[in-house]
Amino acid sequence: MDNQINASIVLAGVGGQGTLIAGKLLGILAMNLGLDVKVSEVHGMSQRGGSVVTYVKIAPEVHSPIIEEGTADFILSFEEVESVRWAKLLKKGGTMIVNTQRIKSLPVLMGQMKYPEGIIESLKNASGDDAKIVPIDATALSLETGTTKATNIVMLGALSNYFGVSDEQWQKAIEEAFATKPKTIPGNLSAFEKGRTAGQA
Amino acid sequence: MKKIMLGNEAVARGAYEAGVKFVSSYPGTPSTEITEEIAKFPEVACEWAPNEKCGAEAAIGCSVRGGRAMTCMKHVGMNVCADPLFTASYTGVNGGLVFCVADDPGMHSSQNEQDSRNYARASKVPMLEPSDSEECRLFTKYAFEMSEKYDTPVILRLHTRVSHSRSVVDTKDPEPITVKEYVKNPPKYVMMPAFAIGKHVVVEERTKKIIEDVSNDPENVGLHKIEMRDTKLGIITDGAAYQYVRDALPNASVLKLGLVWPLSEKVIKDFASKVDRLVIVEELDPFLETEIRAMGVKCEGKELFTMLGEYTARLLKEKLTDEELPVPAFDPAKLPEIPGRPPVLCAGCPHKGLFLALKRLKVNVTGDIGCYTLGALPPMQAVDTVVCMGASVGMAHGFDKATDHEDSKKTVGVIGDSTFLHSGVTNLMNAVYNGSSITLIILDNSITGMTGHQQNPSTGKNIRLEAAPAVSLEKLCESLGVVPEAIRVVDPVDTFGCEQVIKEELARDVVSVVIARRPCALIPTGRAKKGVEASVDYDKCRKCGACARIMCPALTIDEAGFPVIDAESCNNCGLCVNMCRFDALSKAEE
Repeated sequence: MDNQINASIVLAGVGGQGTLIAGKLLGILAMNLGLDVKVSEVHGMSQRGGSVVTYVKIAPEVHSPIIEEGTADFILSFEEVESVRWAKLLKKGGTMIVNTQRIKSLPVLMGQMKYPEGIIESLKNASGDDAKIVPIDATALSLETGTTKATNIVMLGALSNYFGVSDEQWQKAIEEAFATKPKTIPGNLSAFEKGRTAGQA
Repeated sequence: MKKIMLGNEAVARGAYEAGVKFVSSYPGTPSTEITEEIAKFPEVACEWAPNEKCGAEAAIGCSVRGGRAMTCMKHVGMNVCADPLFTASYTGVNGGLVFCVADDPGMHSSQNEQDSRNYARASKVPMLEPSDSEECRLFTKYAFEMSEKYDTPVILRLHTRVSHSRSVVDTKDPEPITVKEYVKNPPKYVMMPAFAIGKHVVVEERTKKIIEDVSNDPENVGLHKIEMRDTKLGIITDGAAYQYVRDALPNASVLKLGLVWPLSEKVIKDFASKVDRLVIVEELDPFLETEIRAMGVKCEGKELFTMLGEYTARLLKEKLTDEELPVPAFDPAKLPEIPGRPPVLCAGCPHKGLFLALKRLKVNVTGDIGCYTLGALPPMQAVDTVVCMGASVGMAHGFDKATDHEDSKKTVGVIGDSTFLHSGVTNLMNAVYNGSSITLIILDNSITGMTGHQQNPSTGKNIRLEAAPAVSLEKLCESLGVVPEAIRVVDPVDTFGCEQVIKEELARDVVSVVIARRPCALIPTGRAKKGVEASVDYDKCRKCGACARIMCPALTIDEAGFPVIDAESCNNCGLCVNMCRFDALSKAEE
């Protein structure tokens, strides 16, 4: 536990899945550890089911808030198809954690396109040894805590396996991120643990 | 105290620390959170104004009376308040006055990509440009000081990547809020020719004085950073572009401009003389480059870089270094083709029913700015034009005039409640006054939706959610001269009822207003209770697909062809129920 992070993390998902809050939580975690951090969000269309992405960069010194092609250490994809949409950001040797939930978009609902099958296999195939792909059913794990709304925290639990950050620091960050909704803190802590366990496999 | 803050939050914090008395703004992405954050400081007077011109004029009034004041807007909002800005430049201030404008390179949520720096030069108002959250706090504080020191409004320019990025801010205690004495002074505040001629001289002298002071103390007066490293390459840059420069070219010497207008020739020439090659890195227009070239300084700029969209460190590396660019882990040829995910009108958005009616009517639709701009996209595809706030009404009137009323039988303007109050009202007044026969549809969802649910003068609440007088849209339209029988209120979920009413009003040869009223599905008054959703009677369903054609995100068709309701996202609005001819769908009791 050296409590150090030096990583570029992409949070990709669909509006309403909680990527903004997950980004904010990572920002709080990094700041509490005394590290420099930038979290870049795009608002506006986020509540309307569009594709949304948040960038989190943590290092001793961070300049640009944007994560560019081939530079992400981690991609947390909150939905299957979104993992493909943002795949080009992952660097060689990076890790992608994919929530296996599928949310049909308008072209699929209208019958113009089929939702692609076998995305996890395709991702493995397209990266060979250059990326680690970790599928988890984060939405189902979140539902075990009584709501699908903690999917984002399950995803962060899975990510936590890759950082040498103490449990106390994670817990503190979760408590601060949800300080205005204290009733949700126990559920979120439980969701975090579930994600951490599932992400180890 | 150290806190992680959005750039917008940090601007609010900076204004609070500067002892701002009053903030008046109209919401607009990416600027909205500044005013929302100000509202959390109870000691600061704070409001949503009906439009940016109202916000700016209220702020000017507060400044002249002696209080520090700020107005915030997105880039296109600056067009709306350009009139007061240009003359406030002449009157100057009493309490510090800050115009905060957030540009949107890349057009994440805007209708154009204009570069607000041009306003600084055109209005002769100094402009500061921060590049991260801590600078947002510091520059905002300094903007108020600068405003009072030089007797001028100051523009603070942000853009999406600064407004909507979080980084660490070191907050300080606020200064007390003070309101200075007001002394009547017509030559300063009454801008008629006799006085304005004299004030123009003052404005030009002011600019010279600022340039002189920046030349003598670039770091403290201009908030410039002069970072000398390897002198083979020197970069002049501003705002978020500075961050890309630091990532891509860590060894280059950099002149980062805090004050982007006016520019000190001495500061620029000193830096230029110390480097072998000078490159200007700025997003959007060649604003700095044009000024710097006019000084006779040799530099490169837009011959290397685009005027479109956002820059990246990768772009800078590609143009200015021989370094290899990062290669992604995935071979794109081996990844499957994936469906796009465009934004859609929300599950339970009642106003979808209205757009479906317009689609069936095959009318021309002059549209406007808001969620309902999405009515231009599939599945509705029912919007023909979108230009700017309020234009739907004026453009429908223009269609009427172009065809001697003929097209008003098959043309409607569509506008939201907040946009109507922003700048639709004067257009409707014009249409009535000048004998138009347009049909205007006001989508009244009781909130300013697209920007994230801000109150407006028709919602009955103010920015702090306290009770406020509510404008009656019906009475307002009537007072503009719309005849009472041509003001119709409909429920947009009743899509076939809407169709009938719109048909009747299209046929009328005077101005009509159809108010489609139902609250946004995402606000408390529009949201169904948890566990209350529409249901399907599978014995009655004939699998005709009519319910699926509304493209509600909460209703999908299973492999057997039956509709399936997603309990989590269904809002029990009943639009699918109204589409079904076989009584197979029903609303739940609320």
